[in-house]
Amino acid sequence: MMSQLDRVPNAAGALPVVPAPALADPVLEIKGLCVDYGFGDDAVHAVTGCDLTLRRGEVVGLAGESGSGKSTLAMAILRLLRAPAVITAGEVLFHSKPISGGGKAQTIDMLAAADRELRMVRWSEIAVVLQSALNALNPVATIGAQFDDVLSVHRPGLSRSARRDRAGELLGMVGMNADRLRSYPHELSGGMRQRTMIAMALALAPQVLILDEPTTALDVVTQREILEELMRLRDRLGFAALFITHDLSLLVELADEIAVMYAGRLVESAPATALFRAPRHPYTHGLLNCFPPMHGERLPMVGIPGSPPNLRDIPPGCPFHPRCPWVMDRCKVDTPTLERTEPRRAVACWLHEPGVPMPDELALPYPVITAVPGASAGLAGNAGAGR
Amino acid sequence: MTALAVDTPTATAVARPVLEGRDLSKRFWVRRGRGPLTRRARLRAVEGISISLDAGQVIAVVGESGSGKTTVARMLARILTPDSGTLLLDGVAVQGRRTRKYASQVQMVFQDPFASLNPVHRVRYHLVRPLRIHHMAGPDVDAAVSDLLQRVALTPPGQFADKFPHELSGGQRQRVAIARTLAVRPRVLLADEPVSMLDVSVRLGVLNLLADLRDREHMAILYVTHDIASARYLADRIVVMYAGQVVESAPSVDLTDRPAHPYTQLLLSAAADPDRLVRPALAGNGAPPSLLAPPGGCRFHPRCPQAMDICSRVAPPSVDIAPGHTAACWLHVAAEDRHATEAQPEPHTTHTEKDLQKLSAGGTGG
Repeated sequence: MMSQLDRVPNAAGALPVVPAPALADPVLEIKGLCVDYGFGDDAVHAVTGCDLTLRRGEVVGLAGESGSGKSTLAMAILRLLRAPAVITAGEVLFHSKPISGGGKAQTIDMLAAADRELRMVRWSEIAVVLQSALNALNPVATIGAQFDDVLSVHRPGLSRSARRDRAGELLGMVGMNADRLRSYPHELSGGMRQRTMIAMALALAPQVLILDEPTTALDVVTQREILEELMRLRDRLGFAALFITHDLSLLVELADEIAVMYAGRLVESAPATALFRAPRHPYTHGLLNCFPPMHGERLPMVGIPGSPPNLRDIPPGCPFHPRCPWVMDRCKVDTPTLERTEPRRAVACWLHEPGVPMPDELALPYPVITAVPGASAGLAGNAGAGR
Repeated sequence: MTALAVDTPTATAVARPVLEGRDLSKRFWVRRGRGPLTRRARLRAVEGISISLDAGQVIAVVGESGSGKTTVARMLARILTPDSGTLLLDGVAVQGRRTRKYASQVQMVFQDPFASLNPVHRVRYHLVRPLRIHHMAGPDVDAAVSDLLQRVALTPPGQFADKFPHELSGGQRQRVAIARTLAVRPRVLLADEPVSMLDVSVRLGVLNLLADLRDREHMAILYVTHDIASARYLADRIVVMYAGQVVESAPSVDLTDRPAHPYTQLLLSAAADPDRLVRPALAGNGAPPSLLAPPGGCRFHPRCPQAMDICSRVAPPSVDIAPGHTAACWLHVAAEDRHATEAQPEPHTTHTEKDLQKLSAGGTGG
């Protein structure tokens, strides 16, 4: 809960009337990343020219539908992709500054790093929580044994009992009893398995946590509990998180910044509240209109016509143009790139070129300043009432 | 128990529900343990649920996984036979095996359109088969097929009839599955999580199609979902299930704006809602109980932040909160009535002390 309250001044901090808070230094920088599946003409372009920056202690949300390339992007960061996936271009820079303060600060080029270097980074500095916890955990080993594996390899100095204590402490951190170390994965509920996954990912105090749809298969109440736990841990341990999900409405509440992916490209990135209140890309606008509101009058909503493209057959020009209500001739030919349009916001859309008439829906001023700056509650009320 | 617009057929002959389930219960036998220790245990999936579907209305059943919502839909479709309770189609009780006549009135749409269509057959085959089986093919089958495809907005129909399921997107597949149910001109559609497997951007399209069928063709629709926001959007009425029982039922906006049952409040506080800047604290904790040995009294009481003494001992009655809005919760029973019930020797509890001990000892399984 505290994390939510803490975030409000942050969200308000994006207002032009308040001096923007100093941004934390980047911990992970992705520049122009391209990932293909296969070679040559048959190659499927799963990720094309993605730029993304993750700052220390921040949560960046990566939203997109299935097949938009969001998981591929995340796995490419750690070079966890297997053939036929090929990283064809781009740069992933990891600015390491161990949280414990023990190691030395350095910048690692993840795409050029040798295996030995990668092993130092994977799990210890950048850890992943995978979507399907049942498949990610070893079904024939107890939870305790799996913790023990990690700790004995990465923390050779620890004695057996110290490792057990540490594992128990980690489980306690995610709200589980240390007794569970003796359980096998199938003896745990879905929520507990996912908690175990998070505890394991945090075992070596990583600087970055990549969460690939960590709560998608869970019930809403369990999902909410785990996310709150995660946010509390983030505040306590100070890791940065890349949170991948298809549920944009969830990200708005959770993330500091949101990047939206469509057909392998980033189409918009912005601070979470700004993206929600004033989307700039037609796809973001459409996607936000796919989540029926929980308040107010029930109005008919349309969603987005058509369906997401097959990556084998991405439309030329802007990949969203066949579904876009404001499509222009240019969109069918030229592919827009992610351009910075406002402070901290970027969008890939020809509508934002100078001289192009902008639809009102995509030009909503943000923030909607109707209250005294700083009175964030008043701001929320007004914005909500306008819906 | 949970009275859900129970009107007897004689009382209101005009507004008679098309399909009604009264006091439906279903238990499953499951195996517990391994090897020589294997024993059979009774899982109470659904207990005493009454639900009625009116023509031109969407009723949403909302609940977490394991709450019994799919079992209710399957019992209404007569895929499962209820252990007790009655099913009434147009006020006439139906019994025994599912007949073809029943299937032509009540059809079901399943969750996963990737699994519910036969991958080796074209769309046309899926639509022609029910027509033939129900002797509704008529002289012009092609016209019937294209009419069906048009009704689910797969246009031009000629393009879709000859496709295989794998050539369609998830949303299109679910539309084919819906078109298949429409082939026999049913009056009741039971949709079990019809959009949860679909991409976010195409979900609303399928929901709007269901709304269209309700408005244009006056169908009675049961919408089973875990997503309370989409239930609010589509349904006229929401029924909230918890651990096999109905805890609250109300017109959908009423339910989401003024939830009366603590479980509904918990669900709403957990649902994603970007409109609020500061989220309310999660109203309760823990997980749903094991249905092998559900807790006595109110099944929600171990998680309920407002649990009282009586909640653990006596199952709450269904209370009218507002017209058409009922909740099964002691909080809404006047204090004196509560005390009167408390004074009586527990008539409602189905559990002995031993059951409860067993539960607290090892009730985490399941």
